[in-house]
Amino acid sequence: MTTVVGALHGVAASPGFVVGRAVAWRPGQTVAVEAARDVDDASARVVADLRFRAAAATSAEATAVLEALAMFAADPELIAAARARVAAGEQPSAAVRAAAGQYAEQLRGLGGYLAERAPDVEDVGERLADCLAGRAPAVLPEPGHPYVLVARDLAPADTALLDPATVLAIVTEQGGPTSHTTILARALGIPAVVACVGASDRLDGIDVLVDGSQGEVHPAPSAALVEEIGRREGRAAERGARIHGPGATADGVAVKILANVGTLEQARSTAATDVEGIGLFRTELLFLDRTEEPELDEQVAAYAEVLGAFGDRRVVFRTLDAGSDKPVPFLGLGSEENPALGVRGLRTAVLRPEVLDRQLTAFAEAARLTGTEPWVMAPMVSTPVEAERFGARARAAGLRQVGVMIEVPSAALRAGQILKDLDFASIGTNDLAQYALAADRQLGDVAALLDPWQPALLDLVALTCAGAAGRGRPTGVCGEAAADPRLAAVLVGLGVRSLSMSARAVADVRGLLAEVDLGTCLRAAELARAASGPDEARAAVQPLLG
Amino acid sequence: MAVRTAHIASSVGLHARPAGLFVALASEASQAGLKVTIGRPGEEAVNAASILSVLGLGIGHGEVVEVGVEGDASTDTESVLDQLVAELSIDRDAEGS
Repeated sequence: MTTVVGALHGVAASPGFVVGRAVAWRPGQTVAVEAARDVDDASARVVADLRFRAAAATSAEATAVLEALAMFAADPELIAAARARVAAGEQPSAAVRAAAGQYAEQLRGLGGYLAERAPDVEDVGERLADCLAGRAPAVLPEPGHPYVLVARDLAPADTALLDPATVLAIVTEQGGPTSHTTILARALGIPAVVACVGASDRLDGIDVLVDGSQGEVHPAPSAALVEEIGRREGRAAERGARIHGPGATADGVAVKILANVGTLEQARSTAATDVEGIGLFRTELLFLDRTEEPELDEQVAAYAEVLGAFGDRRVVFRTLDAGSDKPVPFLGLGSEENPALGVRGLRTAVLRPEVLDRQLTAFAEAARLTGTEPWVMAPMVSTPVEAERFGARARAAGLRQVGVMIEVPSAALRAGQILKDLDFASIGTNDLAQYALAADRQLGDVAALLDPWQPALLDLVALTCAGAAGRGRPTGVCGEAAADPRLAAVLVGLGVRSLSMSARAVADVRGLLAEVDLGTCLRAAELARAASGPDEARAAVQPLLG
Repeated sequence: MAVRTAHIASSVGLHARPAGLFVALASEASQAGLKVTIGRPGEEAVNAASILSVLGLGIGHGEVVEVGVEGDASTDTESVLDQLVAELSIDRDAEGS
């Protein structure tokens, strides 16, 4: 493999690769224009600008966002509220921000879908304020040639007009696997790398190769590197197109290929694809930003919809994974200095046991209504005692497939004991890496420690599988690690027999597994664990897995 | 003011696309000089041409709402109400949360 010097690492946000000139964009720089005369004038101008962008937007998603923003900017009550504030003596810019802020707060209090609109309302307040202050909204660079857009972070309205013929790829320093940039890049089909620290300073003005599949950016790539990555991508595409149906190794060892899903919309669209089920359904969608706990009926309806869409296929629900860093107001969690180490996941059930019981009851009722048998697991399980208590409650609610997420190192070390009376384990590699390597998931500066190829993490996976196997229970992986085809083969070699990933990764993972036999996976796992670091681990398995 | 009740047919409630479509209709009427309101029976109604006010009601699937229209003597309020209520009664498959 060609030695790469100076590659920047980030999170693989959208697959594919491209070579182009990088242009760093700092959206704080706005253009000075004639200020709007008053609140009504500002509203008219902002609405016109947003409608123009909506009509010119390059993706259906962007159009929808912009049209909604235009509607907010035109809202007669918002404008009336701002006007009243101006009449009472407030500065026009402050008045529109305050008026928008009030509506945003109201929406936040309603939770769910409505709360998600709150930042958009605030964004409109900012646009109106800028308009009144004589600042025009910043536009993307137009250097006169196609380029790679590099920025600290990107907001929805910034990227709405992004034309994939002009912007070849996106690299941001912030963001993660589910951030807006990631979603947009995938919708447009352009490669993207996020959480790429130092990108703006180091890449501005030079040619780069953006490897969205691996999450790497190579400054000044050699012809050899470009060719090598091109070959790799070509093989992956061809392989992904060929293999269908249930996942298995070349010698027929079954490995279930499942999807990670977080919304009802995703559940519906994923159900229509070639995947064996949902390995992780994040139930937070019903709880985030809510000032009151969702009613049993609402929960039952949502879970039943997911189960109905998947029929006989496996669906694994994860119980509420809340923490002081996630907005779940009705739980009443206090603020914590270290939310990652605080009352989160299953631990919240000690404070509010009835919330967990209601959720478990809802799963059971949804199962009854649809005639299915969902799998249910709890997040952040740390000890066998916790696991036993959870198991007892879940079974008391009528659930039959009960398991836990293994994402705390103590749980990996004690997996056998934890699974004594439970049915399955699912490893959350993202959080397991965070806790095992003592590196904050939100901090770009320590991102290298969170690399799922870290041999120490692989050791914990092996331990978990061994502990579970000792009890005759299956182990799956539902973290980002499962989406990397070569790492997936290593995981299979470590004993993992189900992999749950974002839907876009399914074809590539299934395709690669179909080309290697179990013996090769075992050998790859050995080599990866023997390495002293993630890069060495990748290099070691490369000859075996291609 | 002419008032009529309607059931919210949209499976996600009066949010997202369904709200947008309803408010767009109400806005047209409002621009023609009519006053259009919406609210839960017995509660204070809001300006139906204001998307933020309508979203702020947090109206869910199956709920009953009252739609009100007021114009001058020449206004065919019943026909405007027909359109508005018809819009609320369609279950458009809107985006999930």
